[in-house]
Amino acid sequence: MKKSLMMAGALTAASMAVALMVPVTPVMAGDQLSITSWGGAYQMSQRKAYFEPYAKQAGVKITEEEYNGEIAKIRAMVESKSVSWDAVDVDTPTAVQGCAEGILETIDWSKLGLDRSKFTGADLMDCAVPTILYATVIAYDKDKLANGPTTIADVFDLQKFPGKRGLQKNPFVNLEWALIADGVAVKDVYKVLNTPEGVDRAFKKLDTIKKDVIWWEAGAQPPQMLADGNVVMTSAWNGRIYDADKNSGKHFAIMWDAQGLDWDWWAIPKGNPRLDDAYKFIAFASSPEAQADQTHYISYGPANKDAIPHVDPAILPNLPTATDHMSNALLVDPQFWGDKGEELRQRFTAWLAK
Amino acid sequence: MTSVTVDQIPRTADGVPLKVKLERAERRRKLKAVGLVLPLFLFICLAFVFPIGVMLFNGVHDDTLLTLMPKTTAALRDWDGKDLPDEAAYAALVEDLKVAWKEKNAAEAGKRINYEIPGARSDMLSSARKASKLTAGPYKPAMIEINPVWGQPDIWGVLKRGGSAYTFYYLLRSLDFQYNAASQVMATPADTAIFRDIFLRTLVISFAVTAATLLLGYPVAYLLAMLPLRISNLLMIMVLLPFWTSLLVRTTAWVVLLQQHGVVNDLLMTLHIISQPADLIFNRIGTVVAMTHIQLPFTLLPIYSVMKTIPPSHVRAARSLGAGPFYAFWRVYFPQSVPGIGAGCLLTFILCLGYYITPALVGGPTDQMISYFVARYTNQELNWGMASALGAILLAATLILYYVYNKLIGVDRIKLG
Repeated sequence: MKKSLMMAGALTAASMAVALMVPVTPVMAGDQLSITSWGGAYQMSQRKAYFEPYAKQAGVKITEEEYNGEIAKIRAMVESKSVSWDAVDVDTPTAVQGCAEGILETIDWSKLGLDRSKFTGADLMDCAVPTILYATVIAYDKDKLANGPTTIADVFDLQKFPGKRGLQKNPFVNLEWALIADGVAVKDVYKVLNTPEGVDRAFKKLDTIKKDVIWWEAGAQPPQMLADGNVVMTSAWNGRIYDADKNSGKHFAIMWDAQGLDWDWWAIPKGNPRLDDAYKFIAFASSPEAQADQTHYISYGPANKDAIPHVDPAILPNLPTATDHMSNALLVDPQFWGDKGEELRQRFTAWLAK
Repeated sequence: MTSVTVDQIPRTADGVPLKVKLERAERRRKLKAVGLVLPLFLFICLAFVFPIGVMLFNGVHDDTLLTLMPKTTAALRDWDGKDLPDEAAYAALVEDLKVAWKEKNAAEAGKRINYEIPGARSDMLSSARKASKLTAGPYKPAMIEINPVWGQPDIWGVLKRGGSAYTFYYLLRSLDFQYNAASQVMATPADTAIFRDIFLRTLVISFAVTAATLLLGYPVAYLLAMLPLRISNLLMIMVLLPFWTSLLVRTTAWVVLLQQHGVVNDLLMTLHIISQPADLIFNRIGTVVAMTHIQLPFTLLPIYSVMKTIPPSHVRAARSLGAGPFYAFWRVYFPQSVPGIGAGCLLTFILCLGYYITPALVGGPTDQMISYFVARYTNQELNWGMASALGAILLAATLILYYVYNKLIGVDRIKLG
C-alpha cells in the first residue's frame, strides 16, 4: 500500500515536472507584439516615437519589457524554443555574439523594404538593424564643478580633479580611454589594444585611478551619482545626461572629447513565431520620420542617415553625431569587441575583484 | 470446542471484526496525513531538490566539445598529450570546423575553449572561417599556417579533455586550479586567481555581520524579555517594522544615509567631527553596516524567544544565594540563553553566505561575495558551468560549517523558542 502510494506520488511529480518543462507556446495572435529594451528615458523615447504611433497605425497591442542587456535571457529563450520577445534592442557586443552563436535571425533587408546603405554601420552586422548612435561621454555637474574636464586625460588626473569618478563596470570604452589618456591617438587605439602589451598598458593606466572609481552598471545611475554629489565626474550615456538637464532641471555638462560612439540595434531572437510582425515593427521604427521624432525625447543620433534632414535644428547640436563633437570621437569597433570581449571581460572582472 | 475461538473475536455491530475495522480507520487516517504532506513534498522536490540536483550536475557535466567537435575529440582519444597529434586528428579538426562554420556554432565551441585558453574564441572563429575553404590535405601544416595555436599542445589538451562529458574543470577553477596542456592540475596564474580570496571574503563578511548582530541584538533581546509586556510589545514592533520592510528599500536607505553628502557625513561635518566627507559607502564599512541592519532581527528573535522561556526565579535564586548581579547573569542566565544564540547566529551566518543584492548596492568591487559571481557567470558571462561549480562549493562549505557546528555545539541544542 505504502509502496503503491509512493509510486503514484512519484508519477505525479514526474508528470508535473514534464508539464513544467514543456515550453509554453506563445500566443500566436497577430494583434500583439512584445518589445524589449533598456528601460528608463531611452525606452520612454522609443515608446513615444515608435511604440505608441505603431500600435495606433498597425492596430496591435505592444507589450513592453525591460532588461539590462543580458544575452543569457535571449539564449535561454531560443534554446528552450519559447521565444516570447519579438524585437529586442541590443547593444553591439550582444549583436555580434548573438549573431556568431546563431541565436538571432539574419536580417533580410528586402523584407524590411529599407536601403541598407542608408544606415550607419549596417554593413558591420548581419543579424541586426542599427537604430541609434549613442555616445559614452564624461559628464559633470556645472553647479559643483565650474571648470570641468576638457580632455579624457583629465579623468585620469587625480591632482587636477581630486575625488571619486564614476565609470561603467565593463572594460568597454574604459580600456580605450585609458590608452587615449596614456597618449595613444584615437585612430590607433584598437591597433594598440589588439596587442597583449596594449591591454597591459590600459589596465596599468586604470590602476592609477582604481581606488577613486565608483562603478556603475545601470544607465540611470550616473545622473543620480552626479546629483547626489557622490562623484566629481562620471562616464555616462549622453542621452541620460541630456534627459536629466531637460526634465529634472539639472546643469550637467558633457565633455565630448574622445566620446565613445556606439550603436543600439534591433534584433529578432531566432525561432520567433511572429517574425513578419517583428519585421514590420522594425521597418516602422527605422523610417526617417520615426527616427527624427525620437530625437525630441532623447538625444541619440538616428542611424538612418535620411532622418537627419527631418531633425529639429535646435536639437541637432545635442546629438553625438553633430560635427563639433565628432572631431576626436572614438568609433567603437564591434569586431574587436566581438573577438576579444570575452577575454577582456574576464580579465576586467578579475582585476576588479582584487 | 474449536468453533468457540471464532466467536471470541470482538466484532462491531455489522459483524466485521474490530481489528479489521480499526486497521481501516488507521489506514484512512494515514492516507489523509500523506495527502496533506504531499503538496509540500512535491513542491520541495520540484522547486528545491530538482534545481539543486541540476546545478550540481551542471558543475561537472559539459558536453559542448563532445557534441560540437565530435570527430576531433574521438581522434584525440589515444593521443598522449606530449607532442602534437597526428595528421588524422588535424583532418578530423578540419571536418568539425567546416560543420561548425556552416552551423554557425564555431563561436560556441570557441567560447568553451576560451574558458581555459583566453583568446581562443577568436582563434576558433577565424580558423573555422579559413578551414571551411580548405579542400585537400595534408591538413597539419595547413592548420598551423592558418593559426599558430594549432601548433601548440595547449588547445589540443582542452579538446582531448572535451572528449569526456564530465569534467572537474569548473570545480578546480572555482578553487583557483586549472589543467595544463598535459592535463595535470596546476595553480591558476595569479592575475586571474580570485576565487579563494572571494570565498574567504564571503566567510569574513558573514562572520563580521554575525558577530555584530550578536553584540547589538543580545542586549536588546534581554531588555525585551525583561520589560513588562506592554512596553516590550511596543519595542518589539520597532524591531519588527524594519523586518517587514523590503530588503531593497532598506539597502537603498543606507545609500541615502551613508553617501558622500548623505545624512551621516553632513551631520559629522556640521558637528566639526570630520572636515572631509568620510568614505562610508561602496566599501566594506557600508557592506557590513547594511547587512548587520538587515540581519539583526534574524539573530535577535531566536535569542528573545529562548530568553522568554528562562524563569526569572533562577536569577533571583542565585542572587539570594549570594551571587553578584553579573555572576548570577553569567553563570545562571547566560548558559540558558546559549541555544538561542546558537540558533540566531547560525541562521544569520548561513543567510549572509548567500548575500547578493546588498553588497552589490552598497559595496565596492572588493566587497562582492560569491553570489555576485554566480549571478555574473549566469547572466553576463553565460558560463553556467562556473556558476554551478561556485554554487556547489558554497553549498558544500555551508554543509561543512553546519556539520562542524553540530559537532561543537550540537544542533539539538538550537532552540527557536
